[in-house]
Amino acid sequence: MSNLYPTIGLEIHAELLTKSKVFCTCSAEFGGEPNSRCCPVCSGMPGTLPVLNHTAVEYIIRAGYVTNCEISRFTKWDRKNYFYPDLPKAYQISQMPRPVCLNGWVDIVANGQEKRIRVNRIHLEEDAGKLVHDEATRSSLADYNRCGIPLIEMVTEPDFHSAEEVIAYVEKIKLLYKYAGICDCKMEQGSLRCDVNISLAPKDSKELGTRAELKNLNSTKAIARAIEYEIYRQTEIIESGQKVLQETRRFSDSTGETTALRSKEDAHDYRYFPDPDIPPIIFTEEELAEIKAKLPEMPEQRKARYMSEYGIAETDADNIINDKDICDFFEDAIKVYNKPKAVANFILGEFMRRINLGEMSMDSLKFTAKDLARLIELGDTDKINKNNYKTIFVEMIGTGKTPDEVCDELDLWVKDDTSAVEAVIDKLIADNPKPVEQYRAGEQKVFGFFMGQANKALKGQATPNTIKAILEQKLKG
Amino acid sequence: MDLKNITVKELRSKLDAKEIGAREAAALFLDEIKKNDDKVLSYITVTGDEAMKTADAAQKRIDAGDPAPLTGIPLALKDNLCTDGIRTTCSSRMLGDFVPPYSATAVEKLAAQDYVILGKVSMDEFAMGGSTQTSAFAKTKNPYDTERVPGGSSGGSAAAVAAGFCAAALGSDTGGSIRQPASFCGVTGLKPTYGRVSRYGLVAFASSLDQIGPIARTAEDCGIILNAIAGHDPKDATSKDVPFTDFNEKLGQSISGMRIAIPKEFYGDAVDEEVRTAVMNAAHEYEKMGAELVDCSISTLKYAVQAYYLISSAEAASNLSRYDGIKYGLRGEGHSFDEMIRDSRNRGFGAEVKRRILLGNYALSSGYYDAYYRKALALKQQIISEYNAVFENADVILTPTAPSVAYKIGVQDNDPVKMYTADICTVTVNIAGLPAINTTCGYDRDGMPIGMSIVGRRFDESTIIQTADAFEKTFSPVRCTL
Repeated sequence: MSNLYPTIGLEIHAELLTKSKVFCTCSAEFGGEPNSRCCPVCSGMPGTLPVLNHTAVEYIIRAGYVTNCEISRFTKWDRKNYFYPDLPKAYQISQMPRPVCLNGWVDIVANGQEKRIRVNRIHLEEDAGKLVHDEATRSSLADYNRCGIPLIEMVTEPDFHSAEEVIAYVEKIKLLYKYAGICDCKMEQGSLRCDVNISLAPKDSKELGTRAELKNLNSTKAIARAIEYEIYRQTEIIESGQKVLQETRRFSDSTGETTALRSKEDAHDYRYFPDPDIPPIIFTEEELAEIKAKLPEMPEQRKARYMSEYGIAETDADNIINDKDICDFFEDAIKVYNKPKAVANFILGEFMRRINLGEMSMDSLKFTAKDLARLIELGDTDKINKNNYKTIFVEMIGTGKTPDEVCDELDLWVKDDTSAVEAVIDKLIADNPKPVEQYRAGEQKVFGFFMGQANKALKGQATPNTIKAILEQKLKG
Repeated sequence: MDLKNITVKELRSKLDAKEIGAREAAALFLDEIKKNDDKVLSYITVTGDEAMKTADAAQKRIDAGDPAPLTGIPLALKDNLCTDGIRTTCSSRMLGDFVPPYSATAVEKLAAQDYVILGKVSMDEFAMGGSTQTSAFAKTKNPYDTERVPGGSSGGSAAAVAAGFCAAALGSDTGGSIRQPASFCGVTGLKPTYGRVSRYGLVAFASSLDQIGPIARTAEDCGIILNAIAGHDPKDATSKDVPFTDFNEKLGQSISGMRIAIPKEFYGDAVDEEVRTAVMNAAHEYEKMGAELVDCSISTLKYAVQAYYLISSAEAASNLSRYDGIKYGLRGEGHSFDEMIRDSRNRGFGAEVKRRILLGNYALSSGYYDAYYRKALALKQQIISEYNAVFENADVILTPTAPSVAYKIGVQDNDPVKMYTADICTVTVNIAGLPAINTTCGYDRDGMPIGMSIVGRRFDESTIIQTADAFEKTFSPVRCTL
């Protein structure tokens, strides 16, 4: 058994959700026809100049606050020079010695253990464009839509020792960024990207081993697989007496392996220097306080509120906050129908079950939070029988109809017609002499059988209370 | 009518008095260019159609009785100022066919006054040089002696003004590129305070030093043009919002009592005696007007050229990286990105540009940054401090603009260090971000113009215009004849 111990650090790039790009006024939205969202500034035309988007600055400060960073009072931008066709100016505007955020930390839970991960820095930079390679014509096409989309890069300290810790951290960052309203964190679309630096050394060694940097990790699953593979690869190398090379490696989703991209010797000299086009920023305490005040409610705060104000249990509160889209839906629903516990129960039950079954997804919901609130209210107020929740909800998922529309169409409203109930129960008693005898002999459990049968026959058009009262009276005989 | 030596101010009154039409004025200049620019080679692109179109628009405005100061005034633009729909080459094969889809803010501001565009004038390639001989398209000659250089990099602008091919011109100044050619061609050139004029649409050479400014026949004309192009621009984060009303507001005010600093380092042996004498004669002329000459020292001058070439080349190396043949400009060939980029740059750039790119990348590369670039930045702070100290006891500073008059074409071609050293008198002003104006103060034994520079406090262009104007009123310029 190997005594080698992995040490891992992360670089997490997140695209900010600003309306416009970081140095020009082009739309920063994802996608679009190639080169439909670029202008002379972001495509690097001669004589054009970058002008800093202050919303992007506000967003990176939010990122700093939610990860407990110090915010630099003085910050500036530098040029990172290298040639590549997707980088129209042949330099990326980034930050080297004076990033906006420094020295933060984030607590995670992995393998049941709580652990604090230190954040070295977060800086603001611009994204590059994209190249599309056309094998048929053996040509490459450049799309500059992504050029200049604001990007923040977080660098952690090498505080991780397992894939589980890394995954827990990435999930936590996604949650924090989403709640802070600064990134949609869609790894598959590249709005959140993660590079992993990993090295192996004997557990008691004071010195770290030679690290490899892993790229092209576009899901948390890919991160876990790449780390596992890399631990295996480096272990083999070290145990066979060879040396791990310092290099950048690319993970392949299809093979599950990493392959060398470039070695340390091939690494660029980026010739960083202060960008003379962008004046440094000096923040005042007032400006920072104002940005802090605008920070949205974070998951831990929501959780505390759910527990103390709504009496929701801790695990339930965790389950709601752990998905921001669901949590926002919950918030919207209780704004319409202020019975948080009832709404939470529905969301944690039927709602999440349908998501887990793949029958609906938060990205493409056909109904609104208001509709869901109405459904629960109808049940709570005996306008419908709660046994019909499932039928109505499935209709809402499939058609986007409101619960009222569904109840009209399927005739699911509770009716105040006791004679109909009586008629159904009379028939039940007449058709089932044996269970009636059993009940009258003191076997209470057959009452459930009669309730079920009555409910079924009445299609939920009477409330359980009504049925129960009449049934009890009639069974007494 | 002969407009060859007319000032902007004079032409304004002729246009407004309907002594001449805007179309007629433009045509006179275009004729002059056609007749004589083959001797000077100042224009890269003459925009005859555009000139007539803009002249018609100007005439309408004049006829409506609502002319702005530059309405109908025919101007030339240095070819590193982007002009929407008009080729902008920077005198480089790299941008030989580049037509920008936007105009520089300074050009838009001229257009807002309905100026008349005559064309785009030559320069050193990407503004790197002091002779206009590095131009890939028009190696401009000095109208006073066509065997000599016009100076540079705004040599086309200065020569066109001197030769009467326009009423005035815009140039740009990174290390003396307005003042030195103005000095060599016997005209007046103003480099504004860094941040006074938007750099948006000025093809960048060294972003922390570049500044657009006018070249004209008088200081007053420079003031009229600066009034039009100055001001904060939201598209340039380094442009400053410093209010002004009229840069000519001090014209005619007495300079009696003004303290004029004479920094001794600018009058050493490196400067030709004829130049020194002419500038000192001008200084004594100011004394006669009641100004006080103050001795002072800019001791960092001995390091200024080195600091300037490190900072400007580093920024240039980065600024010019975008010319890779991928998006616009000259595209080379190759089997990979790297090969294609290399071939594009190899063919697109001339020797001087390549030299600066090499120098700049060297200064920024890992291991050398601290030894070169960081030291140059430290020196910049010292130069600023020294100038601040001088301005505690003086209102303006008077220096020669160049160590010599215009030299013969070809004499400095093989000695870049000598050429760089010739920038000694102008570069500190860019490093410190100060405004400075060149005006003619004499002629040497061959009749070549000698220029002097008046340097002012940051954003105090009014005082240097006033000072230059006071001298110009006592001085009879000798206009050149082709």
